[in-house]
Amino acid sequence: MIARLTRTERSVAMALAVILLLLGLTMAALGDHDPMAVHGFMALGLGVGLVFAVGSVLEEPSPSPARLQQYYDDPIKVGIVLAMVWGVFAMSIGLWVAALMVWPDATFGQAWSSYGRLRPVHTTGVIFAFGGNALIATSFHVMQRTCRARLADQLSPWFVLVGYNLFCLWAVSGYLMGITQSKEYAEPEWYADILLVIVWVTYLVLYLRTLRRRAEPHIYVANWYYLAFIVVVAMLHIVNAAALPVSWTGAKSYPAFSGVQDAMVQWWYGHNAVAFFMTSGFLGMLYYYLPVRAQRPIFSYRLSILSFWGITFFYLWVGSHHLHYTALPHWVQTLGMTFSVMLLVPSWASAGNALLTLNGAWHRVRDDATLRFMFVAAVFYGLSTFEGSFLAIRPVNALSHYTDWTVGHVHSGALGWLAMVTFGAFYSVVPQIWGRPAMHSSRLVEWHFWLALGGLLTYVFALWNAGITQGLMWRTYNDAGTLNYSFIESMEAMRPYYIARVVGGSLFLAGICVGAANIWLTVRGARNHAADRPLAPQAAE
Amino acid sequence: MALFKAHYNLEKNSIALVIAIILAASVGGLVEIAPLFTIDETVETTEDMRVYTPLELAGRNIYIREGCYACHSQMIRTLRDEVERYGPYSLAAESQYDHPMLWGSKRTGPDIARLGGKYSDDWHVAHLINPRAVVPSSIMPAYPWLASAPLEVDDLSDHLVALRRLGVPYTEDMIANASQDAAAQANPDSAGAGGVVERYGEATTLRRFSGMPRLTEMDALVAYLQVLGQLTQAPYAAQPADTEVLQ
Ligand code: HEC
Ligand code: HEM
Repeated sequence: MIARLTRTERSVAMALAVILLLLGLTMAALGDHDPMAVHGFMALGLGVGLVFAVGSVLEEPSPSPARLQQYYDDPIKVGIVLAMVWGVFAMSIGLWVAALMVWPDATFGQAWSSYGRLRPVHTTGVIFAFGGNALIATSFHVMQRTCRARLADQLSPWFVLVGYNLFCLWAVSGYLMGITQSKEYAEPEWYADILLVIVWVTYLVLYLRTLRRRAEPHIYVANWYYLAFIVVVAMLHIVNAAALPVSWTGAKSYPAFSGVQDAMVQWWYGHNAVAFFMTSGFLGMLYYYLPVRAQRPIFSYRLSILSFWGITFFYLWVGSHHLHYTALPHWVQTLGMTFSVMLLVPSWASAGNALLTLNGAWHRVRDDATLRFMFVAAVFYGLSTFEGSFLAIRPVNALSHYTDWTVGHVHSGALGWLAMVTFGAFYSVVPQIWGRPAMHSSRLVEWHFWLALGGLLTYVFALWNAGITQGLMWRTYNDAGTLNYSFIESMEAMRPYYIARVVGGSLFLAGICVGAANIWLTVRGARNHAADRPLAPQAAE
Repeated sequence: MALFKAHYNLEKNSIALVIAIILAASVGGLVEIAPLFTIDETVETTEDMRVYTPLELAGRNIYIREGCYACHSQMIRTLRDEVERYGPYSLAAESQYDHPMLWGSKRTGPDIARLGGKYSDDWHVAHLINPRAVVPSSIMPAYPWLASAPLEVDDLSDHLVALRRLGVPYTEDMIANASQDAAAQANPDSAGAGGVVERYGEATTLRRFSGMPRLTEMDALVAYLQVLGQLTQAPYAAQPADTEVLQ
């Protein structure tokens, strides 16, 4: 793959690899008694590996200009494989974490394997490593196909992929060593945060440069969503990650904000990580792969416009619904609640637009598990946003907050929407870019679908019940007018639900393992090139 | 419609689209977050609010490192059952020096905003080493290594310096004596003990928190747990009459 870079690109790649190597060396040397040094060695190792990989083909002749008549799919392939590897890993950790809540001593007695350290490995792993790689890979695919243009250059996609995965690796291994800022969905420490900013800016520039080369006058809807994902995540990340390191030679830092302001910033970030990482980007996916797979145009173009701007505008107001009845001023809570309810309109407009697109293609939904994945995703997108708006209402939140209902809601979104649409997209894109007529086995896709759906429903029903039971037990009074249940009683009541979650999680994990195997078998028998190509020849850069 | 027409043109210009996205996405944050820094009533003023001692701060960092916040909240809401179960609801002032805040979002275990003084040090040590030895059905993880890991105190002044830059009122004196104060707070008979009280106030507790002579991470964590809800007495004074907010 590296030999397909031009000679100039290979030299730049070599320089970047050396910079990475030196960076790793510096971190390893400076942070001598600090876990940061371990991250230095990781960067060093990666840098050395890249130097050898690039160095071995440095002097090969440049590839033929004919490549510019084709889409550049190599980084997409790598992104998909990485997403699947991370997915299997992070969901296995999820299963472990679920088991710890039933059998708390299943840890080998080690510090790194205790619940509090493993949980962020799971959340970062699924959201950022699995979801993020899936978004990056599919965005490279969607932007080229909808613009009918090749990626703007061949090196920056690799920079984005390698840098992003180093970020994920630092994050996940850091938690195991106790490196964390504790900010939910933004736990990595300051140097990982800086790396992410650099990667993200490169990603945005690449996206915009590719859009500039498009052979279509209009930018297709899916790209708006991917753009919003990239731009707003950058905004959120920069504000929320503001922190002061204790020293430049150690990992520990203190976040810039404190108390109530910190709470509001964290949930402004947190909920919009939900909105722009876990929703906007995946809507981009849905808006491309669902119509393509259903062979139907999007139901309504105007509805897409309304829902896009509704989501982009309303979402940023709703973070405070995570802080109802807390020390956050009342007016902010009220704004958060109001906008959360209004948010249902653009959310359902999107979900409805997707489902109505399937009108006239229901026989395909029935026969084609790939399309069915995306159908279920759209349904669960609609359900979770309805549930979300409901949970954001203050009195409802009084019951649900702090309970497993939130976790149930999260997983109806994360498993039912985000993971399902990703699987649907992957099953559409894998055969295409590896030049195969179809997936290796459509039976296995069926198997994956039913395992995933079974796992999802088991999980979500178990935790809905758990959460509501918990919430009710905490507020039940007896005839004497005192609280009827101790906390421990409510904890003991959770056991059957937590066992059910282990079962549901196993099914879902089994599903993604089947999917990974199927993708592997498809790739192994691959021809080399995607069959499609841009219509107009593109100028070289 | 004119609006759709305008959009028709917007879709042809990627930079304009990016700018429009930034504008649309900025409003909510500006309206909701910026005023929190300027409106004075956001955080109540309290007379007696004190900062964490170096030992408590080290304990707090262990709490963060171990991810205790994933199962424990430190934010009692203004709801009747919460106030009756856990104690007076939390005030913004109580976490004003908390970088980051640890309000939490999930109660797999109980809220611990008012934990300080609820149990003895021995109880905490036994519970952290093996929760099931104290509460048989507990699903909390065991943290036996805390009792043997020596506490790192050398760099505590750097921590205080960083926090002071962010607005926490640590004095020069506190910064200069940070590591001694950490050791002395867990060793009340030592020479430095008087200095801790002098710098952090009469209400500071000095004890062998872990019950063991060596200074370990257990000392720091238990010191932190014992100060939860005790940095200011304001919440205990003001609330009972305040029934309106409780629902
Ligand atoms: C897997 C979730 C989980 C994690 C992580 C966790 N706890 Fe707990 N904790 C619980 C549960 C459940 C209880 C209630 C049962 C018990 O007392 O053991 C509890 C109880 C407690 C109590 C007693 C509270 C009371 O008022 O009775 C304290 C103190 C405590 N935990 C401290 C900690 C500390 C400190 C950490 C981090 C080092 C921690 N916990 C990590 C679940 C957890
Ligand atoms: C209209 C859309 C939505 C609204 C208004 C909404 C609202 C909410 C509310 C009220 C909570 C509970 C806050 C609390 O009490 O702690 C929550 C939590 C959460 N939601 Fe949603 N939700 C929406 C859609 C989604 C979707 C589609 C996903 C997943 C892709 C999702 C993922 C999450 C996550 C990860 C949390 C967990 C927060 C935590 O850790 O406490 N949400 N959401």
